[in-house]
Amino acid sequence: MLINCPYCGPRDVIEFTYQGDGNRKRPQPASQDLDAWNAYVYDRLNPAGDHNEIWQHSGGCRAHLRVVRNTVTHEILSTAFARGGHKSAGHKAGGNQ
Amino acid sequence: MSPRRTETGGRIDRLRTIRFTFDGAPYTGHAGDTLASALLANGVTLFGRSFKYHRPRGLLAAGVEEPNALVTVLRGEVREPNIPATMVEIYDGLVAVSQNRSPSLAWDIGALNQLGGKLLSAGFYYKTFMGPVIGPLKGTRFWMFCEHFIRRAAGLGRAGTAPDTSRYERMNAFCDVLVVGSGPAGLMAAKAAADQGGRVILAELEAKFGGSANWSGETIDGAPAADWAGRVVGQLEGNDNVRLLPRTTVWGYYDGNTLAALERVTDHKEVPAKGEPRQRYWAIRAKTVVLATGSFERPLVFPGNDRPGVMLAHAAERYANEYGVLPGERIALFTNNDSAYRSAVALKKAGAAVVAVIDVRSDVSNEMSRLASQAEAELLAGHAVVATEGGRTLAGLKVQRFELTSGALSGDERSIHADCLLMSGGRSPTIHLASQAGAKAMWNPARQAFLPPQPTQRWIGAGAFTGSFSTAEAIAEGRSAGLQAAGGSPSSAPLPVVEAAPGEPDPAPVFEIKAKGKSFVDFQHDVTAEDVRLAHREGFVSVEHLKRYTTLGMATDQGKNSNVPGLAIMAEALGKPIPEVGTTRFRPPYTAVSIGSLAAERFGDLKPERLTPMHDWHVANGATMYAAGLWYRPMIYGLAGETVEQAYVREAAATRESAGIVDVSTLGKIAVQGPDAAEFLDRVYTNMFSTLAVGKARYGLMLREDGLAFDDGTTWRLGEQDFLMTTTTANAGKVMQHLEYFLDVIWPELKVTVTSVTDEWAGAAIGGPKARAILAACVNATAVDNATLPFMGIVHGEIAGVPVMICRLSFSGEMAFEVYSGAGYGTRVWEALIEAGKPFGLVTYGLEALGTMRIEKGHVTGAEIDGRTTARDLHLDWMLSKKKPFIGSAMMDREGLIAPDRLELVGVIALDNRALNGGGHIVEELDEENPHDSIGHITACCYSPALGKYIALALVKGGKARHGTRAFVSDPLRNRFGPVEIVSNHFYDPDGSRLHG
Repeated sequence: MLINCPYCGPRDVIEFTYQGDGNRKRPQPASQDLDAWNAYVYDRLNPAGDHNEIWQHSGGCRAHLRVVRNTVTHEILSTAFARGGHKSAGHKAGGNQ
Repeated sequence: MSPRRTETGGRIDRLRTIRFTFDGAPYTGHAGDTLASALLANGVTLFGRSFKYHRPRGLLAAGVEEPNALVTVLRGEVREPNIPATMVEIYDGLVAVSQNRSPSLAWDIGALNQLGGKLLSAGFYYKTFMGPVIGPLKGTRFWMFCEHFIRRAAGLGRAGTAPDTSRYERMNAFCDVLVVGSGPAGLMAAKAAADQGGRVILAELEAKFGGSANWSGETIDGAPAADWAGRVVGQLEGNDNVRLLPRTTVWGYYDGNTLAALERVTDHKEVPAKGEPRQRYWAIRAKTVVLATGSFERPLVFPGNDRPGVMLAHAAERYANEYGVLPGERIALFTNNDSAYRSAVALKKAGAAVVAVIDVRSDVSNEMSRLASQAEAELLAGHAVVATEGGRTLAGLKVQRFELTSGALSGDERSIHADCLLMSGGRSPTIHLASQAGAKAMWNPARQAFLPPQPTQRWIGAGAFTGSFSTAEAIAEGRSAGLQAAGGSPSSAPLPVVEAAPGEPDPAPVFEIKAKGKSFVDFQHDVTAEDVRLAHREGFVSVEHLKRYTTLGMATDQGKNSNVPGLAIMAEALGKPIPEVGTTRFRPPYTAVSIGSLAAERFGDLKPERLTPMHDWHVANGATMYAAGLWYRPMIYGLAGETVEQAYVREAAATRESAGIVDVSTLGKIAVQGPDAAEFLDRVYTNMFSTLAVGKARYGLMLREDGLAFDDGTTWRLGEQDFLMTTTTANAGKVMQHLEYFLDVIWPELKVTVTSVTDEWAGAAIGGPKARAILAACVNATAVDNATLPFMGIVHGEIAGVPVMICRLSFSGEMAFEVYSGAGYGTRVWEALIEAGKPFGLVTYGLEALGTMRIEKGHVTGAEIDGRTTARDLHLDWMLSKKKPFIGSAMMDREGLIAPDRLELVGVIALDNRALNGGGHIVEELDEENPHDSIGHITACCYSPALGKYIALALVKGGKARHGTRAFVSDPLRNRFGPVEIVSNHFYDPDGSRLHG
């Protein structure tokens, strides 16, 4: 699997660390809504299909990326810095372009 | 002995004789021989004993699909089992032994299993070893009792116990076109792609490129096919953009067009060249893959089809044409298709007598009849083989009339005298890689075979792989695939011209001849046609269940021969067509892969090692080094004759008496900088850091999002916007990732950068009553008195001309200082401190003494912050700020995390004055016979010189409430039982008077 890091370019998945479901919403820091905290800490989507994920390029620029990945085909549909800004095209499961 | 080497012919080098042994007996062969061909040439017909019944077995095939002739190759003490003899290239000094026999291959006691054959049918284990419901052998215990004997009797080769001393390598490769298989299709594809200028890799699992061209006996462009193949390979070799990989099995097809291959670099060599690894694991990323993996000929299923001397027709043709070995002198062929006729002619040409061609079809074309006459063979059309005779070699066979549509046998049995019977049951394309890539195989009724489906990844098929079994088709498809893969346009240039024997590719739909006797479907696992039907009768109707219940298609060959016949028999039993029954999906690896090749260089010598700047000094000064994760740290600096305990007790006592110094460079260090650095730390730590004055340090605790404790350490405020965070050695990477995650994903608005500076600083902690005096003796450019350097204060100074940063903080409980300098000057500063300490009795101490002093003080480390404990459990709740939210603050007060019966940190003193063990349990009542009711466990232990006792830290239910009470340690694994007293974790100097000096 290749992930197209917006900074470093397409790199092998071995350079990245999966940092979890990208759909989770962290409650406001002072929030006492335990249900919301519980959902944030423990609930994960597990779709068969496109999934928003956070990956860190831990063996590269160390940026966290928002990656849309198809969990069935491993196709990467898009990657972007988690901080916002530059967005890269995805990477077909078919290989490097 | 009937098999023999022909006088001429074949692609072996008759001038080069190679000596080897098999089961201790010496043999010779020639360069170019495999172990199989060389033994066959020596008249060996018996190669192994079968899995369950220990039936004698000979060679079935000539290639990678060989299920019977599995051998163990020995190199010194190292043994590699289960290699097909067909894949072992002989070399001088090769030592190979047969498997699954006792005492010898010829006289095997396990062959008695055949007499009880009914007992050993499908599901034998499940049915027989259901234990009684009561008694000593109840449930699975009976199975476990029997298993020991069964494992010895059944099975494959034995793994060795000697360490594998070979070296393995991993390579990453990128290419435009990867061609898998180097038969005519693969060679054409590689040539066409290379001519387009693409980067091409051609992988061939055998030693020699050319595939069927090496033995087909066909002519291409007027030359023998093998010469044509040699010429194409020569052209490819001259291309800079082509990499040829012989002896390389592509065994896995993964997503992103990433393929895994194993190159057997030196397995065929007596002595590897300098620097050569034994095997090389290739991770290949290919833009496009050309699958030209060919096909396997299928056996026919009939009684006695496993007798030595019964072989696949193409295999025999290959032994004759490529190796110059005749598998028999009087050969009969049994077929359901045309391709066996070519084999008959080839064997006749090579010098054998072909006594009969037995064809299940009554209607045989004139062309085939002519080939049979050319082979001077009797043609028995509309006949089938119903039995074979002989022992360790074939003596003869029996045939009967056979009706194609009903499968009925009729008429008298007729005996035919033959020492070799060749079978040809149609061909199955080798679609394993395509199947791994995710595509579902499609049944083709004309070919009676599963053909590769539409690609789900970027591959193109060519040749027999696609069901195009003729060489002319292979050449055309190969060129077209190569051009397409390399982005070229179709070519209308003339193709190489093939002269081949005539014949139609489609077989008659006959898989099994139903007659009395054991008819084998899966030779490697001893699965018979009757086993498949039995599984059906017992309700195992899905192919996946069939596979698991009968073990059909398991083991090292993964059903390369048995897959389709097994499905066909199951389909018939179900009364369904084969495509409705479906097939199992092939999974990697295609053939056995050594674990060593997967590990490659990531162990032993080349495992990364992290050494502190003072590492060499420690080693030179008597330290026993200890691997803590990737780091190496001094454990003790032992004196001659000292035990580990004596050494650390001396070091800890001397530190508390005068002073000690320890290397703390391994602590994680993270620079946290920026306008919002203080705010960020307030959110990350449970306690306040925005209130910390510049030039001061503070102990901090981090929680995880779920409210459990994560890591602790001190953070130093070096400037208004500049902090130096320290973490535990083990968690340095995790903490860094944690901080980066929050800055990138959760709070991108904070203006903070974090930088790992662990390797930039050398750190030495010097502690003890004389520590300050030692510093005063060697530190320039700053004072170190209490006013200048109070507890948790930071100063900048110089030692031996090197700028240093000194913080007064303590892990040992003594007045102590951490001295940091640039990593490159670590040893210089360390040596200056040692020199300055000499008059004061300064000792160096290692991890053991460090641990001892922290246990005496009751400080926590990773053993207590184990991912299950909270700040309260560790009595660190005083650090939980109520003035601000922080990571984990919302979740830390959940019911289960504040329950009164949680495990809490306590101290434990052994009342029997014997050492305690980490992991030992604490119980309220001692019952050595039946240990139960643990109330907690020991996390860290030592002999405390300060207390003169064996002590430990423990996590115990109820914690503080048990202070002053008695309990017991119960450690049945190490047989350590005895009374203990539970006390506060602060064993030593609980009010901290010593560290304030």
